[in-house]
Amino acid sequence: MATLKEAKIGSTVTVKKLNGTGAVKRRIMDMGITKGVEVHVRKVAPLGDPIEVTVRGYELSLRKADAEMIETV
Amino acid sequence: MEIKIALAGNPNCGKTTLFNALTGSNQFVGNWPGVTVEKKEGKLKGHKDVVIMDLPGIYSLSPYTLEEVVARNYLISERPDAILNIIDGTNLERNLYLTTQLVELGIPVVVAINMMDVVKKNGDKINTDQLAKELGCQVCEISALKGTGIKEAAELAVKAAESKVPMVPQHSFNGVVEHAIAHIEEAFLNDVAEEQQRWYAIKIFERDEKVIEQLGMSEQVKTHIEKDICAAEKEMDDDSESIITNERYIYIASIIKDCYKKKNQGGLTTSDKIDKIVTNRWLGLPIFAVVMFLVYYISMVTVGSAATDWANDGLFGDGWHLFGIGSSDAEDAADEYGSSLDIINAFIEQQGGEAIDNEADDFDVDAAKATADNLLATVDKSATADYTVEDEETLEETTETAKYADLKAAVAAAEKYDFADPDPADYGVWVPGIPVLIESGLDAVNCADWLKGLILDGIVAGVGAVLGFVPQMLVLFILLAILEACGYMARIAFVMDRIFRKFGLSGKSFIPILIGTGCGIPGIMASRTIENERDRRMTVMTTTFIPCGAKTPFIAMIAGAIFGGSAWVATGAYFIGIAAIIISGIMLKKTKMFAGDPAPFVMELPAYHIPTVGNVLRSMWERGWSFIKKAGTIITLSTIFVWFTSYFGWVDGSFGMLTEDQMEYSILAHIGKAICWIFAPLGWGNWQATVAAVTGLVAKENIVGTMGILYGGGDGSVYSAIGAAFTGITGMSFLIFNLLCAPCFAAMGAIKREMNSRKWFWFAIGYECGFAYVIALIVNQLGNLFTGKVNVIGLIFAIALIALIIYMLVRPYKESTKLEKDVKVGANA
Repeated sequence: MATLKEAKIGSTVTVKKLNGTGAVKRRIMDMGITKGVEVHVRKVAPLGDPIEVTVRGYELSLRKADAEMIETV
Repeated sequence: MEIKIALAGNPNCGKTTLFNALTGSNQFVGNWPGVTVEKKEGKLKGHKDVVIMDLPGIYSLSPYTLEEVVARNYLISERPDAILNIIDGTNLERNLYLTTQLVELGIPVVVAINMMDVVKKNGDKINTDQLAKELGCQVCEISALKGTGIKEAAELAVKAAESKVPMVPQHSFNGVVEHAIAHIEEAFLNDVAEEQQRWYAIKIFERDEKVIEQLGMSEQVKTHIEKDICAAEKEMDDDSESIITNERYIYIASIIKDCYKKKNQGGLTTSDKIDKIVTNRWLGLPIFAVVMFLVYYISMVTVGSAATDWANDGLFGDGWHLFGIGSSDAEDAADEYGSSLDIINAFIEQQGGEAIDNEADDFDVDAAKATADNLLATVDKSATADYTVEDEETLEETTETAKYADLKAAVAAAEKYDFADPDPADYGVWVPGIPVLIESGLDAVNCADWLKGLILDGIVAGVGAVLGFVPQMLVLFILLAILEACGYMARIAFVMDRIFRKFGLSGKSFIPILIGTGCGIPGIMASRTIENERDRRMTVMTTTFIPCGAKTPFIAMIAGAIFGGSAWVATGAYFIGIAAIIISGIMLKKTKMFAGDPAPFVMELPAYHIPTVGNVLRSMWERGWSFIKKAGTIITLSTIFVWFTSYFGWVDGSFGMLTEDQMEYSILAHIGKAICWIFAPLGWGNWQATVAAVTGLVAKENIVGTMGILYGGGDGSVYSAIGAAFTGITGMSFLIFNLLCAPCFAAMGAIKREMNSRKWFWFAIGYECGFAYVIALIVNQLGNLFTGKVNVIGLIFAIALIALIIYMLVRPYKESTKLEKDVKVGANA
């Protein structure tokens, strides 16, 4: 199972499914990471976490622990 | 009739700029009741009867974050006459997500697309007419920054409010979802006004707990509706909340396809290029360090400290040199005069003569000159004499040896200045300070001494304690406003998140703590930049654990008097401060008070902007003013209280005002004697130390002065008296307690302002004092173990407390997934 956490920097992945529940999941979806959207992994923070992605034309940062809930193709 | 227009939009979409442009200076800034979310409203320029309510910047109307709940409660219960929804034209897709939710509320909506100038410059096209048709509401183009189109947008909103035509959302969801929503409306929502039915139905479909609770649905209805929801979930293979979110974005994608044409795909914008360097894997940390250094250097070392010195020693002190004219001359004179009188007197006493006392009533300059000349003539050219120099800040005394050449220079200098400290007022353009002016005024009307004391040392000093910090604070606020406006503040959170989240803090907590090493008051105020309420509260509570500038003289005194001037004491103090923050953070984030609310770190990194001068200055002023207004009273009153209790008391059976060295008769000393047993387990249960700790609440450097008075006056120096009164262990315990306990009143005022809640204010102060007490007790009791003076009961307590702290640190903890807090939206709160 591939997740956004493992996606390589510089790669673009498509979201297949979101796991998890409640506040974090809703927040991730509210920010535009929904089924079928393309996510470009831009970079990782200097200390190795969180990561920065481009989604729906803007930059979003999320922690690796949360990125793990996002299944990708 | 008054018209209310709510201004809604995402964070970083230019909402604040638009709000400022629409309302001008006619604003009221406050807080939403019970929470620290800022609430702003103002009257629309040119319309006396139109009130604009600035809602918190939000991405959605979910029930999970405080800002969103505040905003949606306002929209549902207050029902403004219209919503002006500002959206960022350069980021249409995500901004429209909120719009799809706002249009369901049944309130007339006007959409204003901001940053149209940038959109056009990029060569992109937005078909507003088409967009208006698909959304079913008015759409206009604006540039809040350049001020174009904003008047028209406001007029449209006013017209929409006056027309009172409820908004009808144009989009529909997937068939099976619509089926369920129709069912919900039919089964349950007949009592709700027609235009609101859809919003409630969608929330019920999402199983929004806050709405379900508000409506008070019966179990029977719930199970009936649940069937429909489950059917939809089964068909769509997702939970109902996610289905709705997905459907909204699918709908937005269809709108975008019709209305929006992007000129070039890919290619790096300027903002992208900046970001590539600024948060680069390798350069990120060094750049962060440089930015932080600049913030600290400007706000604490150069401009900021000049501002504070001016406010405290100039405006609320003796006075200052206008534009610094003459200040270097005055300093040169003071340096030249220096310790010359001490040197002369040292030689006179060595010769068995009578020292020159320039403060004596019968002091005669000519006689003194004659004595000095005579001395110079008679002293042997190889003679030396020892004299002591006292450090003004720490009261540390050092012995210096003067040679004949020093004496010669000293006599010359002393005669030049007529044996008196050079008065800075004699140099350049001197402006007397407020206390000096008031004092001369009071002298002119022959004011009684006690009243003069009350006015000068009580009230004026109390007000000075509030205002003295403001100039430095304003300098810092400018820097913070620039960091926020340009977009770097979000990057700070991005860079530092990994470290700080472990202690329940935000990456943005770095700035308050850094500033706290200079002064805790602007440090606490700097926590305003942290959006998440939980992280902000935690930062406010722990920032003052770091030793601030005012604590350093005290630390130096303890180090000098008790630890032989060891440099490890000061270094250790910083480590203790950092450890206190880390331990407190980990312990507190697992407590009920903090574990309640979820804090997902899914954060937008806004594009870099050049900040506008107007917005930066306005933000600076709002924050500075809120400190004066919300913190001023408590600071002034408590300063006056401590002043009164330490300068009034009973001497020889009668009550009256005391001189400085009569402190042992003061009310405060009596209070100290009554409560000092509390500190016995910490090893310093005597009234002098207790009183010193209390006066430290006015300003931490006061501890030094108080101890100077209470331990001075004996045969030896202040340092030797303190050294005799404390052992290494009790000294350490005293130091730790004063470092970690409640900060000065000014900082407490800032805490009160930032917590915006009585309960949280007292919790913060109580926690700090309690934590300081516990750590000092552990140090003292364990220390006694090594010196053999074991107190069994105390030791048992100390070990029990250590066990408790370890348990609090390691106990398991799970992040909450829903917002526990109840948010009420009062009409005029």
